[in-house]
Amino acid sequence: MKVFNILISGVGGQGVLLTSKIIAEAALLQGLDVKQSEVHGMAQRGGSVLSQVRFGEKVYSPIVSEGEADLLIGFEPLETARYLHFVKDDGAVIYNTRPIGTIGVSIAAEKYPADIEDIIKSRVKTVLPFDGTQLAVAAGDKRTLNLVMLGAALRFLPLTESIIIDAIVNTIPKKALDINQKALEAGKAHLP
Amino acid sequence: MKKAILSGNEAIARGFIEAGGKIAAAYPGTPSTEVLETLSQVEGIHAEWSVNEKVAFEVAIGGALSGVRSLACMKHVGVNVAADPLMTAAYTGINAGLVLMAADDPGMFSSQNEQDTRHFARLGKIPCLEPADSAESKQFIKAAFELSESFDTPVILRTTTRISHCKSVVTLDPAESPAGRGLVRDFAKYVMLPSNAKKRHVFVEDRLVRLKAWAETSTLNQVIDGDKEIGFIASGISYQYVREAFPDASVLKLGVSFPLPEKLIWKFSASVKRLAVVEELDPFLEEQIKAMGIAVHLGKNQLPSCGEFNQRLVREKISGIQLPTKEPVAGLLVRPPTFCPGCSHRGLFTVLAKLKLYVSGDIGCYTLGALPPFSAMHTCICMGASVSAAHGMAKGLALQGATQKPVAVIGDSTFLHSGITGLMNMVYNGGDAIVIIMNNDTTGMTGGQEHAGTGRSAKGTAAPRLDIAKLCQVIGAKRVREIDSYRIKDLEKIMKEELAAEGPSVLISNQPCVLRYRVSKKAFAVERKTCTGCKACLKAGCIGLSFTPEGKTGYVEIDPLLCNGCGVCAQLCTTGSMKMM
Repeated sequence: MKVFNILISGVGGQGVLLTSKIIAEAALLQGLDVKQSEVHGMAQRGGSVLSQVRFGEKVYSPIVSEGEADLLIGFEPLETARYLHFVKDDGAVIYNTRPIGTIGVSIAAEKYPADIEDIIKSRVKTVLPFDGTQLAVAAGDKRTLNLVMLGAALRFLPLTESIIIDAIVNTIPKKALDINQKALEAGKAHLP
Repeated sequence: MKKAILSGNEAIARGFIEAGGKIAAAYPGTPSTEVLETLSQVEGIHAEWSVNEKVAFEVAIGGALSGVRSLACMKHVGVNVAADPLMTAAYTGINAGLVLMAADDPGMFSSQNEQDTRHFARLGKIPCLEPADSAESKQFIKAAFELSESFDTPVILRTTTRISHCKSVVTLDPAESPAGRGLVRDFAKYVMLPSNAKKRHVFVEDRLVRLKAWAETSTLNQVIDGDKEIGFIASGISYQYVREAFPDASVLKLGVSFPLPEKLIWKFSASVKRLAVVEELDPFLEEQIKAMGIAVHLGKNQLPSCGEFNQRLVREKISGIQLPTKEPVAGLLVRPPTFCPGCSHRGLFTVLAKLKLYVSGDIGCYTLGALPPFSAMHTCICMGASVSAAHGMAKGLALQGATQKPVAVIGDSTFLHSGITGLMNMVYNGGDAIVIIMNNDTTGMTGGQEHAGTGRSAKGTAAPRLDIAKLCQVIGAKRVREIDSYRIKDLEKIMKEELAAEGPSVLISNQPCVLRYRVSKKAFAVERKTCTGCKACLKAGCIGLSFTPEGKTGYVEIDPLLCNGCGVCAQLCTTGSMKMM
C-alpha cells in the first residue's frame, strides 16, 4: 500500500504520543513498515506538541512534509490550525474543539482567536470538529482524550479495527483498559 | 524473530545489550537521554548517571580498560565537555571496546547550538558511524564495538534528533556474551607521557590509514544502483530524505562518515553524470570529497547549513523546481513552553523580574525565566557558565565603577555538572556575585533523572546524597542561606540583604520538581466579588490563570484542574481575593 501520513498535534500533557504509539503498533501488527516521529525536551513544557506516523509497504523518511498528510488529528483547535499546511488537498482533519489558552492568553497579553473553526474549514474540505474533552470526561477520565480522538479517527485509518484494538491491548496497562475502550467507542460513535 | 517498534535510542540500548556491553555512563541531554534510561532497567549492566560528560566518558574508558565493552552517551554539546579525554583515548586506544554515542540536534529542538559532532571524529582521527534508522542504530553499535576492538580505537556513534527520537521497526536478536579481558599493564600504551605519546601518535596515523582501507569494503557503506543522472552521497537521516525525494536515483549511503572510502567515492562519482552530497549542518562530507578533487555539483551551494532537512526541502533544492506551496495560517498565537503550574522557579523569577536584576543564566527549565512575562534572564551560554560568567561580570562592572551586582541562577544538576568549579573560582578570586542554586532534586528539563544530590542511583537504588549547602561552605563561600522560592516577600527581603552584603552569596532553594515528584497541593480559587481585575497576579505567568474582560476591568479565574496550589499568584493579589479551596 501507498504510504499513509498522519499528524497528531496538541499541547504537552494531552497524551498525543500515546495515540501515535497505538497507531504505529497497529500498522506493525498489520505487517506494514512504519515510522513515528516525536520531539522531547524543551518542547514539552506546556508547549505545542506534534507527533507524526507514516506507514506503508516501505517508509523512508520518518517525518511528514508540507502538503503530504492524509489525516490531521488535532487535540486542540489552535494546535490544529498550526499544521493545516501539512494536509493534502484531499486530506481530512478531525479535531477537539476544546481550547487551551497559551501563556500569553493567561497573562492577558493576547486573545485566543475566535475564528479557528472558520480558518480550518476554509482550508480543508473534510473537517470533523467535536468536543472530545467532553466525551473523555463522560467516559470517566479527561486523560482518555487520546482514545476518544483515536476512536473518531478510525473511519479514516486504512487499518483494521480489530488490529487497532489488539494494539491498544498491547500498549495500555490492563487496569486502564476498560475506561480506554469506553473512550474509543465514544469517539467512534459520536461522529456521523 | 521478534519485531518491535523502537526509538533510535532504545535500539542503541538494545544493541549494547546484544553486544554484551557491561558499563554505560551518561549525563542526560536531549536527544540522547533514553539510551541510559533504557539500560538502567537491565540487570547485569552497570548503568550510571555520571556528574558530567567528561566523567561519563572517563568512566567508560575505565570500563573498557578493565576488559568489558563500555559506552558513554551524551548530546552534541556534551562532547565538548568530554573532548579532553576523547582526544587522548584516541592515542591510548582501548582494551575491550569503547564507544561514544553522541546525539546532534539539527533544528535545535532543545539545544543551545547546532554543532556537528562529526568534526570530533576527524579531530581525534577515530571512526564515526551514522545509522539511518532504528534497525541500523542497533546494528551499528554492535559494529562499532567490533571495529573498536579490531582497530584498538574509540568509535563515535553519531545520531541526530530524528534518528534518536524516531521510532521504526527493529528485529531483536539474542545477546552475545564476550569474555571479560581483565586489566592489562602496558606502560607504553596507557601512560601518555610525552615519550610514549610520541609513539602512540605514529600508531594513530597508521591506524587511520588502515581504517581508510577498511572503510572501502565495509558493508556499513552501501551503493544503491539506480538512475545515473544525479548520484547522491548521504549519511544518517539525510539518506532517508534522499530516498523519499528521489526514489529511482543512484545513492552511495555512507554508514561510515569518517574516514571516507575514497576509492568507493571515486568509483561512484565516475558512474553518475552529476554528484549531489546531501547532509544536514556542516559540509563535512562535501569538503572532504572536494578535497579529493571530485566535483560536487549539488551540495551546500543548494542546501542550507542551518536547521533540519525533510524530503520536500531536498526535492526542491536539488531539482531546483519549486513545489506548489501551502502557506501556514498567518498570525497564529505561538505556544512557547513555560513553567509548569506549581513550579518552584516561578516565585524566584517573579522576584528577579521585580527587582530588575541582571541574571547570568544556565541550562535547565529555569532558562524559561528569560521569556515573558518574566524576561529575567539575560545570558545563557552553556552548562555551568552562569556562575563563572557572573564572576567575570562583577569584576568587569567594578572596574567600570558600577555598583550593579549580577545574579547567577543555576539548577542542582547543572551546579554539580560544572557550577562547582565556577563557585570555587569566584571564592578564590575575591568575587562578589549572588549565586542562586535552584535545587529541585532532579535533572528536570530532560524529564527527571537522578544525580549525585538526589540520594538515588540511575537504577533507583539508594545512593549517598550530596549536601549542596555544605559543599558551598567547604568551598569557602561566606554567605550560604537557604531560601523558599515560593515565599516571594521573604525572598525579596533576602535578595536585598545579599545585594547589600559583601559576597559571594549563595542562596539555595530546596523545593522539589512538581512534575517529577507529582506534587499535588490544593488548588486556589478567586473570590469574584472582591477581584478588581487589576492583573497583578498575572505577573506570576501561570497558564492556570485566565483573565476575562468585563466592563472597564474584568476578573481573573483559576483553572482548578491546572492549579497546583503554589500560592505565588495569591501573594501577588492586591485584594486578598485568592484563597485555597
